[in-house]
Amino acid sequence: MNLAIKDIRANLGRFTLTTLGIGMLLMIVMGMAGIYRGLVEDATLLVERIGADLWVVQKDTRGPFAEVSRVPRNLVHRVTTVPGVATAREFVFHTIQRQHLGKPLRISLLGLSWPQDKGEWLPLIAGRPIGQSRFELVADKSLGLTLGEELKLGKDTYTVVGITTGMLSTGGDGMAFTTVWDAQVIQFDAPSEAIRLERAARDQRGQTSEVFLREPALSERMGLPATELAAVPVPALSAVVVRLLPHADSRQVEELIASWGDTSVFTREGQNDLLLQGMVDKARRQLGMFRALLTLIAAIIMALIIYTLTLDKLYSIALLKLIGAPNRVILGLILQQALLLGGLGYLLAYTLGLRLFPYFPRRVVLANEDLIQLAIVVVVISVVSSLLGIVKALRVQPNSVLMG
Amino acid sequence: MAVEMAGEPAIETRDLTKVYGSGNTEVVAMRDANVLVRKGEVVALLGPSGSGKSTFLTAVGLINPPTSGQILIGDQLVMDGPQAQVNLRTFRRTQIGYVFQKSNLITFLNARENVQIAMELDGMPSRDARHRALELLGELGVADRAEHGVSMLSGGQQQRVAVARALANSPSVLLADEPTAALDSRLGRQVMELFRRVARDHGAGVIVVTHDQRTLDVFDAVYEMEDGRIHAQPADIGPPKNS
Repeated sequence: MNLAIKDIRANLGRFTLTTLGIGMLLMIVMGMAGIYRGLVEDATLLVERIGADLWVVQKDTRGPFAEVSRVPRNLVHRVTTVPGVATAREFVFHTIQRQHLGKPLRISLLGLSWPQDKGEWLPLIAGRPIGQSRFELVADKSLGLTLGEELKLGKDTYTVVGITTGMLSTGGDGMAFTTVWDAQVIQFDAPSEAIRLERAARDQRGQTSEVFLREPALSERMGLPATELAAVPVPALSAVVVRLLPHADSRQVEELIASWGDTSVFTREGQNDLLLQGMVDKARRQLGMFRALLTLIAAIIMALIIYTLTLDKLYSIALLKLIGAPNRVILGLILQQALLLGGLGYLLAYTLGLRLFPYFPRRVVLANEDLIQLAIVVVVISVVSSLLGIVKALRVQPNSVLMG
Repeated sequence: MAVEMAGEPAIETRDLTKVYGSGNTEVVAMRDANVLVRKGEVVALLGPSGSGKSTFLTAVGLINPPTSGQILIGDQLVMDGPQAQVNLRTFRRTQIGYVFQKSNLITFLNARENVQIAMELDGMPSRDARHRALELLGELGVADRAEHGVSMLSGGQQQRVAVARALANSPSVLLADEPTAALDSRLGRQVMELFRRVARDHGAGVIVVTHDQRTLDVFDAVYEMEDGRIHAQPADIGPPKNS
């Protein structure tokens, strides 16, 4: 006969409520670990998915994710000429926030180097990759856009042709993918009035400039959008992503490109380290402290409940001793209850977490490593929390039955 | 003073003394108590509050060790002064049954489980213990309440369940401390007659601490305790009432 189960049966309501409370507490502890894992995965997801061997960014910056980086478009060609480089692609990345169906919509926009890169590497769950150089967009499902939906960004309308899953930026925003050209058009979009004013100002400057007076045709071209002016620098890229040839000496290529006066180079690991140390580390420590505190609180609550449950049955425990129950039976009664409380709480936490975490605004990733670690912690706090009750129970004298 | 009766000895105390405190605060709760109860006998222990009845009962129940004297159960020396000669908890489990004044059942178990647990603690397989528990409850007329919780049983039913548990491991000694105090006179007599039957059918030596003068005719012998000393009431001493 299992006395722990019998006692729980007799106090089912209290035990159930306590398990529910412990379970929800453990779910939060579990969630904290999951949020941290989610932060790490989100932070490194893009770098991993893009799969570049080297990232070439603006000199002395930690771009393009940790800070703003601007490199000229022709850097792609310069990098391509370096021995050992297989491909070099443009990389444009920025976050925008627009109104969509009356709600704010934050999009982390990534430009694909059309036509080399159509986004075949994206984890599509519906639709297709980009199929034309303009006005098509692949969106992550977290943005809530549907296949075929039209989205007005700037002055242009983009059609959603593909849906991805799990593509989030380091900030947890859903990602969208267009061609580099479209990404830059969206990034540098200016209101019509601003364009008109700029054009007028340019025209005015032209009327007083000797160059324009000598070259009237040049003055006429001043009316074009800035992005179409050959003499005006085109909008810059965020970075150039490089793939190396098999067996190429990564270190040599890195050193060569880094020796140029306008570039810094990071390996994939270096980029990941930048993201984790710069953006996730404080969050990790903060979440870690919360986890420790919540675990401590769960242990205190469990100890209190186990102690109270033990106090409630001191008479029965004395009686058990009187009829000759060995200490291991008493110890087992309390310890099994504590372990059951912890175990059921853990299961509840896991079950509830699986259902609730997908609705959290940030990704919560339940890693096996964290789940096992928490299970061990639960076993430890169950045992520790039962100590108070066990000590109390072992001190009860069987003759207290006669006194009572 | 030792009082002998026919049959094998179930329990014997020799010069049992219990002293609480020391020096100026010393209190002699029991002095030179000599009692011999044979198998099949039911004896009563009377006395006013504070006379040492509970001290005697807890000493022979191996719960509260005496300061000096000896306790023998069956032929075996169990306590020599305060020194235990056996594993007391095991001995209590196998040789002694207890029934007390107030409900002494484990509250989170039902009637059947309260009896069954005593046997399981003694190593009996769960299925056998369950079967035996139901048999005992049947013998005591409470089989129909076997699956009821303790709080669902009347005082008399609780006492019967307690007796069933006390008998579960076929103890050689049954100790009862005012078992009828919480019962009306009819139920009180029923319980006392139950002890009588238990002693006869199970061959146990039964010691009952009681204030209830109305049921004294049930006992083979009546002892009286006063200021820690035990006296026999000669008029009540006789052969075991096995009929």
